[in-house]
Amino acid sequence: MTASTVEATIASRVDAGSGALIGYLPVGFPDLDTSVEAAVALVENGVDIIELGLPYSDPVMDGLAIQAATQAALERGFRLRDGFTALERIRSRVDAPVLVMTYWNPVVQYGVERFASALRDAGGAGLITPDLIPDEAGEWLAVSEEFGLDRVFLAAPSSSAARLQRAVEVSRGFVYAVSTMGITGARADVDAAARGVVSRLRDAGSTSACVGLGISTAEQVRDVLEYADGAIVGSRLVTALAEGGVSAVASAAAELAAGTA
Amino acid sequence: MSLREQVGPYFGSFGGRFVPESLIAALDELDEAYQAARVDPSFAAELAELHRSYTGRPSIVTEARRFAEHAGGSRILLKREDLNHTGSHKINNVLGQALLAKRLGKTRIIAETGAGQHGVASATAAALFGLECVVYMGEVDTERQALNVARMNLLGATVVPVTVGSRTLKDAINEALRDWVANVDTTHYLLGTVAGPHPFPTMVRDFHAVIGTEAREQVLELTGRLPDAVVACVGGGSNAMGIFHAFLDDAEVRLVGSEAAGDGVDTLHHAATISRGRPGVLHGARSLMLQDEDGQTMESHSISAGLDYPGVGPEHAWLAEIGRAEYHGVTDAEAMDALRLLSRTEGIIPAIETAHALHGALLLGRELGPDGTVLVSLSGRGDKDMETAARYFGLLDAAAAGEDS
Ligand SMILES: Cc1ncc(COP(=O)(O)O)c(C=O)c1O
Repeated sequence: MTASTVEATIASRVDAGSGALIGYLPVGFPDLDTSVEAAVALVENGVDIIELGLPYSDPVMDGLAIQAATQAALERGFRLRDGFTALERIRSRVDAPVLVMTYWNPVVQYGVERFASALRDAGGAGLITPDLIPDEAGEWLAVSEEFGLDRVFLAAPSSSAARLQRAVEVSRGFVYAVSTMGITGARADVDAAARGVVSRLRDAGSTSACVGLGISTAEQVRDVLEYADGAIVGSRLVTALAEGGVSAVASAAAELAAGTA
Repeated sequence: MSLREQVGPYFGSFGGRFVPESLIAALDELDEAYQAARVDPSFAAELAELHRSYTGRPSIVTEARRFAEHAGGSRILLKREDLNHTGSHKINNVLGQALLAKRLGKTRIIAETGAGQHGVASATAAALFGLECVVYMGEVDTERQALNVARMNLLGATVVPVTVGSRTLKDAINEALRDWVANVDTTHYLLGTVAGPHPFPTMVRDFHAVIGTEAREQVLELTGRLPDAVVACVGGGSNAMGIFHAFLDDAEVRLVGSEAAGDGVDTLHHAATISRGRPGVLHGARSLMLQDEDGQTMESHSISAGLDYPGVGPEHAWLAEIGRAEYHGVTDAEAMDALRLLSRTEGIIPAIETAHALHGALLLGRELGPDGTVLVSLSGRGDKDMETAARYFGLLDAAAAGEDS
């Protein structure tokens, strides 16, 4: 199996003395073309890895900013196949790896193997699965292995040592350390809990741990990268896109990327 | 293993835990507390005393003789959960979980509600135990069940209208899950039906199993034998699992669930999850659900807020798969006719949810004939539905016309 490009990208940023900036945007918001442009703009402005979200009807991990964007995409008629189209178009223009963030049911309905094959063909690096825990992931572990795809599982402040161990063992690409007990959305303080989760993930052997939820400023990115291998930003970028279009996303990304310098 | 001994997390291929990692510790803690409570005589005694002196259990069984004349002359026995304090079966589960929440040291409970009955029961328990209570309710439902919103407010609960998605029960569950992820240290999510991640389907069923345990004995005493069929309405499926459970291993007893068929199961406007759904993952469990080709949850439709849900508990999905229980759609119109029929023949106004089961009972009775006995879960009373019913039957216009003349 080939090495994970996500892991390699993160490692090279860490070796350079900082860490990776991972930027989330949903496909199809405000429309398919603009979402492709916005994703490309992320990379052109210093984002190292794209997390491309697939709109879903029941996004229990998402706060209002992302809910509003993904609901708008669904109302415009977003289909899963549009996700693969967008992915392919983004990958034809940037080298940065793209992970797809999706709730589990769309993958199940598409067919796990068929989904993996389409993802790989479109140039995707793997999946971030917010509502799939390793305990329920038997089929995905096997299929992702077969297709050489990354699989990012979540680790929470409340996770037991045994569960963190398992998350580190089964994740490929990175482990997504949830910074706070909550859902997506910008927050003034990125929880001290994040530091704790990452340090416990290190104890469990993780060499690729990225922190997400609540990060919205360059300063927070810098703080997080002091102890983590990557910082994940979502709501801030989605809000910028909603309010000011692609140019606003570009400047938000550039501003956040200053935290990785 | 007998059917009654199934305790999850899986029922066949259904069930499990499809939730964010942040909730796993809370689910484990809850499961542990529940396992301890199950074998703790003091927990059972405390709950039994609440049933006796607060809820008003055991609930009685009423034979519906005049209604039965419309049901092929078979015997129709109503298990009267409508007479429970707060007016439905929902209180059985709420008191059990509220006791657990206290044991876990939680000071705040949150709940989702469709018809408002589970919200009212949760607000009631919160008042009784001195807990803070927040109830999430789809905006559409706050409108069609306004009376229950007022009841919850009066009981001291905060009702949060959910304005995203389809603005009904499914979105209220999403919002409750989001709250729980953020506040799990202080908060217990008091889920109101046999859906959701393990241990909810098993635990909620067990707290409602008292319905069937009592009814089985009551029917035996009254008729000298088991009923030929047991029928209940199915939204998430809690009253149905509660009354079915005691009969699961009585192979001669037919178990029948009435799903909301809205305008009809062959239209786009229904909530017949088992009749028309496909396996999928929703709200933390693998079960049957109404969804499009891409796995996006579809909006359900029913005149009854409590059945207007595109998912169903995993144990029902399994009972349907193995053929132990059967599920049929009942349209809005059929349910409303049954509601009026029970009101006029027995002087009992059922909830619109419950009326779906009553239509099912009419069909079963006609099929079984005069030798048959049908036990019906009369899951709730219709007070909350008076405005909907009055509008449906044109009674408001009639009253207004009367005033004018
Ligand atoms: C009276 C009554 N019956 C039935 C239901 C449906 O729930 P379940 O299927 O969980 O019993 C409700 C839900 O609100 C209800 O209020």
